Amino acid sequence: MATVSPALDAHGHADDHSHGHHEQSFISKYVFSLDHKIIGIQFLMTTLIMLMVGGALALAVRWQLAFPWENMPVVGQLFGLFRNEGGQISPEFYTMLFTMHASVMIFLVIIPILAGAFGNFLIPLQIGTDDMAFPALNMLSYWFMWPAIVCFGCSFFVAGGTAGPGNGWTSYPLLSDLPQAAPGSGASQTFWLLGLTLVGVSSMMGSVNYLTTIINMRAPGMTLFRMPLTIWSMFITAILQAFALPVLTAAGFMLLFDRLNSILPTDIHSVFFIPANIIVNNAAPTVGGGQPLLWQHLFWFYSHPAVYIMLLPAMGMVSDMLACMSRKPVFGYKPMVYSMAAIAGLGFIVWGHHMFTSGMNPALGMTFMTSTMMIALPSAIKVFNWIGTIWGGDLQFNGVMLNCSGFVAMFIVGGLSGIFMAAVPVDIYFHDTYFIVAHFHYVLFGSTLFGVFAAIQFWFPKMFGREMNDTVQKWHFALSFIGFNCTFFPMHLLGMAGMPRRYADPYLHGYLEHLLPMNRFITLFAILMGVAQFLLLGNFFYSIFRGKKVGRNPWNANGLEWTAPSPPGHGNFDIAPVVYRGPYEYSSPDAEAIGQDYILQTVPHVKGVAKFPHH
Amino acid sequence: MKKFWALFFFFWPTVAIIACLIAPSRGWWFPGAPMSRTGIQIDGLFYLILIIVTITFVATQYVLGYALWMGATKDPGSKAFFSHGSHKLEIVWTIVPSFILVFISLSQLDVLAEIRVISKFPEKATKVAEVTARQFEWRIRYPKPGSELTTEENPGDLYYVNELHVPTGKPVIINLRTQDVQHAFFSPQLRVKQDAVPGLVIPVWFDVLEVGTYDLVCAELCGWGHYKMKARIVAQSQSSVDKYLKQLEAEQNEDGTKSETAKSADE
Repeated sequence: MATVSPALDAHGHADDHSHGHHEQSFISKYVFSLDHKIIGIQFLMTTLIMLMVGGALALAVRWQLAFPWENMPVVGQLFGLFRNEGGQISPEFYTMLFTMHASVMIFLVIIPILAGAFGNFLIPLQIGTDDMAFPALNMLSYWFMWPAIVCFGCSFFVAGGTAGPGNGWTSYPLLSDLPQAAPGSGASQTFWLLGLTLVGVSSMMGSVNYLTTIINMRAPGMTLFRMPLTIWSMFITAILQAFALPVLTAAGFMLLFDRLNSILPTDIHSVFFIPANIIVNNAAPTVGGGQPLLWQHLFWFYSHPAVYIMLLPAMGMVSDMLACMSRKPVFGYKPMVYSMAAIAGLGFIVWGHHMFTSGMNPALGMTFMTSTMMIALPSAIKVFNWIGTIWGGDLQFNGVMLNCSGFVAMFIVGGLSGIFMAAVPVDIYFHDTYFIVAHFHYVLFGSTLFGVFAAIQFWFPKMFGREMNDTVQKWHFALSFIGFNCTFFPMHLLGMAGMPRRYADPYLHGYLEHLLPMNRFITLFAILMGVAQFLLLGNFFYSIFRGKKVGRNPWNANGLEWTAPSPPGHGNFDIAPVVYRGPYEYSSPDAEAIGQDYILQTVPHVKGVAKFPHH
Repeated sequence: MKKFWALFFFFWPTVAIIACLIAPSRGWWFPGAPMSRTGIQIDGLFYLILIIVTITFVATQYVLGYALWMGATKDPGSKAFFSHGSHKLEIVWTIVPSFILVFISLSQLDVLAEIRVISKFPEKATKVAEVTARQFEWRIRYPKPGSELTTEENPGDLYYVNELHVPTGKPVIINLRTQDVQHAFFSPQLRVKQDAVPGLVIPVWFDVLEVGTYDLVCAELCGWGHYKMKARIVAQSQSSVDKYLKQLEAEQNEDGTKSETAKSADE
């Protein structure tokens, strides 16, 4: 630390890094841990398990679409889940399946695996600090996930196991507002709303923590424009969370207050979303003066930025990984930062594109169409820059590289199919058809999850000190990629043919009858994709215990995290790192001067030549 | 193996393009030609975007594949091309897409206004019926023949369920509403879709070009029976619609005695 000038050392990291040595009990070390790395790994394990739950729900949806009203294999008989229906999926159970598939995947997998798992694990390591700004808040953000999981779990079972919340993850009133509107709109819907609120609390605690940590706790020399794009993406995501989430939480409470008379033994309830004179299921007409469209505005004001919350961190991580695996700097670092900021900014003014057929003022539709078109621009810039990063690189064809390339390829499809929906007249036809289902799976699965698959393998050595088997990862990529495309690409065509979403039995309608074979094809490949995930899980858990041991920097990467031991102890770094250069100096002249194709951010400049510090 | 992976990224977009090319012949495309004037415009805009998107798709995927191929066939030991980016390229690929996107946006505005802005509705459009969605059916209310459709129900109005008769060749307006939760009026062949929002009465206009029967389904989740809100739009000549309404009126006023007196009066 002798080279550090006092001015750079203002954060006071230099002295005390010995606090990893005192004894901790198993509970405080691995369960109620304050260590960001353990919390990150807790998030990762939880979300991987939830990924399988969400996947199972999706396969049940696919079963019904391929073999409508036929007995479900295994689950139907084994658990006697639908004994009354003789093993069939009932229509109300079907609505529950897609609702919970989306809820689990969005709120318990995608958002927490990006921000919770990788955000937690990577932020302190990549900015060179010992932990988050608020470790206890960090621990709470993980442990608030569990009441949320319990609430979502309860919502399955409170109504007897056959009528979970069936209002879609969007929960549009009045279906979600009046308990008489659907079998799943009673207690199940209440538990669902509580689960949603708790997930929101968890995310909010995380985002406050990330913002504070990234702003205040960067290592000396880690200027904003020396931050890896992962950190930029986490930073921008945290801003999105912090500003959008309160709106959803408020909307959730408004809906809960609307439902107060069904929750508590009282007649008092609000009517935020309930208009007058609505007769649902022969119940007494409603008294009110509310507006159901208000929910859509509030919901999408959060949930559209949430789409970017579910994407930006993956974009950041993929940029890091592509640079490393191409042995090249990220092409256009600053345009990448600015385009993420532009996506986040525009992300706040495009929510209305979910409502083009809702009956809102058409003038609003025109505005939202233009802003939505413009958000494709920063996305396009990012794609060009990723390809520019790969171009001319010394490519390492491993699981990380393949999954990252898969991310780029799939993001192109998701981005381009979005243009159809941004155009209002065309969207009038595609709204709520399978075209939309194809589109958002290309973004959320095709992009985000393939990015996550890469990130798991890339940072696994740092998490556990061992590496994952690359051959298995390649097989996992190939099977997932083929399964994914054969599942979701044909859905564009289903949407073209006008097949609406959320239909338990589309073949009731003559114009959809001929689509059954295609739906069977899709289901077949969805099963393949589901089975392929066991390769990932198997490889993940096997490698934790039996993977090949690796050193600090198995990928020859530049970031600060690779200067720490694998896995880093409590407090992360042996000596507090000082940053002298950007994160992407692969194959730079400085690196060549020391005979490598990478140069760590901690290598100082000495008279124009880099000097390599010995650990 | 490196070359295999590079080819993999050439292979799949090729398969995707082939799938799209054979799709229309296999029925994996629009359910028939558009059967309304706005439908024709919507399809036109769709194909405009499809052309732009297909060119972009092929170009970006193959360039990605080529970048991977370059990496796969690189001499072992040769260094990566060191570059932090190019200001000129960034400017090019910012300005070109932004012009294309603005162009797509502007190309949509007229059709959007025509479909949705009430002051731009065709002047000759007549209000033919009120369509009320409810779990899980479509209730149709026609005004008494010779009267105008009003928001309130009137004595003499004619009611039917799950079948809407409209005249062809002229713009018609339906008043869309819901009795309970949110639904959406979707006719795939007419390319018409509009949500029915609780508390609102939303006018929807369309003109059916050819005589025929078209599907009417629900496109907004409305409960467990969402999939079975099956109805049809019967488009026929104005005289056939009038005849149908007369018959509906007769059926609705049928009480066993009245028809007897009517008969005796005729004699």
